[in-house]
Amino acid sequence: MHEFVHGGAAMIVQALAFYLFAFVTVTSGVMVISARNPVHSVLFLIAAFFSSAGLFVLLGAEFLAMILIVVYVGAVAVLFMFVVMMLDINYTEMRQGFLRYLPIGGLIGLVLLVELLVVVGGWALSPEAAHSGAAPMPAPGVLSNTHALGELLYTRYVYLFQAAGIVLLVAMIGAIVLTHRQREGVRRQRISDQLQRRAEDSVEVRDVPTGKGI
Amino acid sequence: MLAIGLGHYLTVAAILFALGLFGIFLNRKNVIVILMSIELMLLAVTINLVAFSAELNDLVGQVFALFVLTVAAAETAVGLAVLVVYFRNRGSIAVEDVNLMKG
Repeated sequence: MHEFVHGGAAMIVQALAFYLFAFVTVTSGVMVISARNPVHSVLFLIAAFFSSAGLFVLLGAEFLAMILIVVYVGAVAVLFMFVVMMLDINYTEMRQGFLRYLPIGGLIGLVLLVELLVVVGGWALSPEAAHSGAAPMPAPGVLSNTHALGELLYTRYVYLFQAAGIVLLVAMIGAIVLTHRQREGVRRQRISDQLQRRAEDSVEVRDVPTGKGI
Repeated sequence: MLAIGLGHYLTVAAILFALGLFGIFLNRKNVIVILMSIELMLLAVTINLVAFSAELNDLVGQVFALFVLTVAAAETAVGLAVLVVYFRNRGSIAVEDVNLMKG
């Protein structure tokens, strides 16, 4: 994984960085699901995304790390924040009955975690698997991660790339169609009505007698 | 302990995935936090893909991590749109109140 890291000091720095990012990621994940205020949940979600981006950099996936920060922190987390702020909800009464699902949820989560850790612990990579990759990663210094990813994405996976674009387009149209509504009683400018208006339709000259109203 | 390998990343991803699942059960009255829990689970899947990509020296894992991020973003947008419409109609975002189709 890290062919270019040989020295012991570099290894220690790498390990420390990994443990820092992993700790922040997991702690932020805990706080996302347990924070009292949903605004705090969103902020901890942003922290989790940031530290995951650090993990991606450690793994050598710089482009995905930047995408994670730009798309997730810049768009998705802000969207969450927008909705949290827009909905007028009493979040304190929402906490009532919070612990009712704790036993069953904790049990299922724990069982899943133990299963996953058993799989991770008892699993081994076959020796030839490391050489059967479909697209070998370029050596560091030859081609940057972004460049290599682009060369793969725009050639072999171009149809999947287009499909991803269509998924985003459909999601965008769906979100607009769902949330768009025609409000009653909103005054808005109608240009055609303004242009068709004539002086004889709207101005009337009356001969008003003195001392009397119309 | 100091040599960080594939297992370390997979462990972090497993913990994050379990946390996401736990959050779905815990926050039964707040769909926003449930959506955030789903985001956590998708993040765990992405970490897995990137870790395997680095371990197997194969770039395809990162391409698919990119697609997972795309789908997660689309899912969030549609989910939040549904949430806003639901709140507009019912005045609540609790999962327990979604019982209109209950016989």
